[in-house]
Amino acid sequence: MAELTYREAVTAAISQEMRLDSNVVFLGEDIAAAGGVFKTTQGLLEEFGPDRVRDTPISEQAIIGAVMGAAMTGLRPIAEIMFSDFFAVCWDLVANQIAKTRYMTDGQCSFPLVIRSANGGGSRFGAQHSQSVENWAMAVPGLKVVAPSNPADIKGLLAASIRDPDPVLFFEQKSLYATKGDVPEDEHVVPLGQARIVRSGNDVTIVALAAMVLRAEKAAETLAQEHGISATIVDVRSLVPLDTKTILEEVGKTGRLVTVEENPRLCGWGAEIASIVAEELFWDLDGPIVRVTTPHIPLPSADALEDAMLPSPARIVEAVRQLVD
Amino acid sequence: MGVFFGLKTVIASSKGLSWRCVDLVHVEKISHKAQYAHIKGELFMDDIVVTKSSPNSLDTGTRLQLYRMMLECRVLEKRAYDLFMQNLIKGTSHLSLGQEAIAAGFGVAMRPDDYTFCTYRGHNHTYVRGVTMASILGELMGRECGLLRGKGGSMHLMSMEHGALGSYAIVGAHLPIAAGAAWSAQYRGTEQVSVCFFGDGTTNIGGFHEALNFAVIWKLPVIFVCENNRYMEYTAISDVTAVENPAADRAAAYGLESILIDGNDVDVVYHTAMRALSQARRGGGPSLIEALTYRHGGHSRADPGKYRPDEEVAAWLKKDPLPTYRKRLLKLGLAEASLEAIEAETEAMIDEATETARNSNPPPEDIAYTDLWADGSATWRN
Repeated sequence: MAELTYREAVTAAISQEMRLDSNVVFLGEDIAAAGGVFKTTQGLLEEFGPDRVRDTPISEQAIIGAVMGAAMTGLRPIAEIMFSDFFAVCWDLVANQIAKTRYMTDGQCSFPLVIRSANGGGSRFGAQHSQSVENWAMAVPGLKVVAPSNPADIKGLLAASIRDPDPVLFFEQKSLYATKGDVPEDEHVVPLGQARIVRSGNDVTIVALAAMVLRAEKAAETLAQEHGISATIVDVRSLVPLDTKTILEEVGKTGRLVTVEENPRLCGWGAEIASIVAEELFWDLDGPIVRVTTPHIPLPSADALEDAMLPSPARIVEAVRQLVD
Repeated sequence: MGVFFGLKTVIASSKGLSWRCVDLVHVEKISHKAQYAHIKGELFMDDIVVTKSSPNSLDTGTRLQLYRMMLECRVLEKRAYDLFMQNLIKGTSHLSLGQEAIAAGFGVAMRPDDYTFCTYRGHNHTYVRGVTMASILGELMGRECGLLRGKGGSMHLMSMEHGALGSYAIVGAHLPIAAGAAWSAQYRGTEQVSVCFFGDGTTNIGGFHEALNFAVIWKLPVIFVCENNRYMEYTAISDVTAVENPAADRAAAYGLESILIDGNDVDVVYHTAMRALSQARRGGGPSLIEALTYRHGGHSRADPGKYRPDEEVAAWLKKDPLPTYRKRLLKLGLAEASLEAIEAETEAMIDEATETARNSNPPPEDIAYTDLWADGSATWRN
C-alpha cells in the first residue's frame, strides 16, 4: 500500500494500464506537457512519449470523435474532457455516436474507450464548471458510468474502465483531488458494477456516490455518536452497470433507504434506485424512501451559497433523523 | 465556367515557380485568384482552374470497373425508390441518384483495408466497398437478411469487414470520427487511409472545422470529400454560406490546397482520389476535396425537390454521370456490346437481390435486446 492523493491515483491507473498495453493512448486539452489542469496526468508524457500522450486543441468534438474512431479500429483510447460541463459541447458524439453505433450495427464493432472528466461542485467555480452530470450519462443506453469516492477506487476502477470493452464515462469529483488514501501499489483492478459497503448498521441504509460518500460517512458518525442511530453506507461506485443486488440486500436489512446525490433533483440517479427499491422491496420498508439532493437549480458560485446547496452532513443527519425517529 | 473541373497546383520553391498539375487534366482557364498557403515549410500557390479530363488517361479495365460501379449504384437506388413506392421500404431514405461518380471513383481507387465514413445518404458509399445489394435492400426493408438485421436502417449502413465504418445521421458527427480512425492507422503504422464523405451543409457545422484542424496538426491520413449538390436539405447552400465554394474556399484556413472538382466526372474523381490517397498513405497528411454534383431527386422520400428551378434541374440532368460516361467510353472505342453486357448483368443482380430481400423474414424480436454491450447483452443491472 502507498498513500496517494485522489489525483495521483488517476496517474497511477493510467500509467499502470499504458505499461501493460501499447494500444492504450491518451489525449485531451493540457494533459501532456502541462500534466493536466488538475495535475492528474503529470509525468505521463515523459514516460510514454508524444505518440501516446497527446495535447489537443480546444475541440471537444474532435477529441471525442478521435477516441471513437480509434476505439473502433483497434486502440483503447482514453480522452479527458476537462470539466464534465463540457460534455454539452460534444454530447452528439457521446450520446448519439459512441453509445449507439454498436447496437445499431448489430454488434459489428465495439468501443473500448474511457472518457475521464472532472465532475461536481465544491470548488466555487460557478454553474458551468461545477455540475454533477452523471445522470446525463446514465440516461443514455450504451454508456457505462463510474464515479469513485476514494484513491484506491480511482486506481482500480479506472484500470477496469480502460480494460472494459465498452465505453465508460469516468467521473472524478474535482473537490476530492487532494484527498488521500491507501492505494495498492501492485496491479489493482476493481470490477465495474460492484457497490462497496462502506460501513454496516441496523437502522438505515444510506446510498451515496463520489464526494457524497464522504459526507455520508461524516453524517453516520454524528448519527451514531449523538443520536444513537446506526447507518449502513453503500458507495454505488458504478451507476451503469448498477449493483442493485447489494443495494436491495442492504436496504432489506435496515428497512430504510436514504439516497445522497450531488446532482440536481429531477431525474437524479437516486430516483432510479428509489424506484427499483419501491418496486422490489416495498413490503420490507419501514418508512418512505428519502432523497437528499442538490436543489433543482444551477449551482451558485459564492462559497456560502454553494455550501448551502450541496448535500451536507448536517442535511443528511436531519433527513435520517426524520425518517428513523 | 465550363462543365469540367480539375486541379492545378503551383509550387513555389527555392528554384522558382514550378507547375504540378493533377495528371491527365487539361487546364482551360483560371477562375479564382491565387491564394497562398504555408504548409510544412513549403509555399503553395493554389488556383482553382477549369479543366477537362484527358481522354487517354485510364486503362480500359479501370474504366469499365468505374462504369460498372456507377451503374450498380444507380440500379440499387432506383430499386430502393421503387420499393419505397410499393411501401416495402418504410421510414425515410436519402438517395444519391445523380451523385454516383463520387462514391464509385473513390470506391475503385481505395485499398480494401481503407476506411470509409459516410452520411445518411450513404447507400452507395457502403455498397462500393463490397457489401451485397441484398443486404442493403434487406436493411432498408427491415428484414432479417439486412446488413444490420434491421437494427440500423437506411441511415446507418455499416460493414466493418469491408472497411465501411459507418453511415452517420447527425450532420458533421463523422468527420472527427474519421480523423480518429486515421489517427489509429497512423499510430499502428498500417498505411490505411480514412475517407470521409459529407454534404455541403456540413461545412457550416462546428465538427467540420474541428476535424480539419485536428487532421492537419496531426498530419493524419484522412481525406474529407465534400459532395456539394448545391442544396443542404431544402435550402440552397449558397443562400446561407459566406463563400461560393463551401469547402474549397475554406481549405486555406487550414493550410490545405483548395481542390474543386467535377464530381460528375468519374475519371476526374478517380484521379483526384488516387492522388489524395497516395499523399495520405505516404505520410503527406489530409486533403479536403469539394466535388460538385447534383441529386436528381429531393432531400429524402418526403421531398419532391420543388424548390429547385426547372432549368437548373434540366441542366444537371444533362450532366448525369452515367450517360455522359457511357458516351465517352463509346467515343474512346469501347465496344457497345461490352457495356450492354455489364448493363444486363447489373439488372440481373438487382432483380436477384430484390427477391432475396423480399423473401427474407422480419427480424426476430429478441435481437432488439442484444449487442448493446460487447458481451452481446443489453443488461444494465444484476
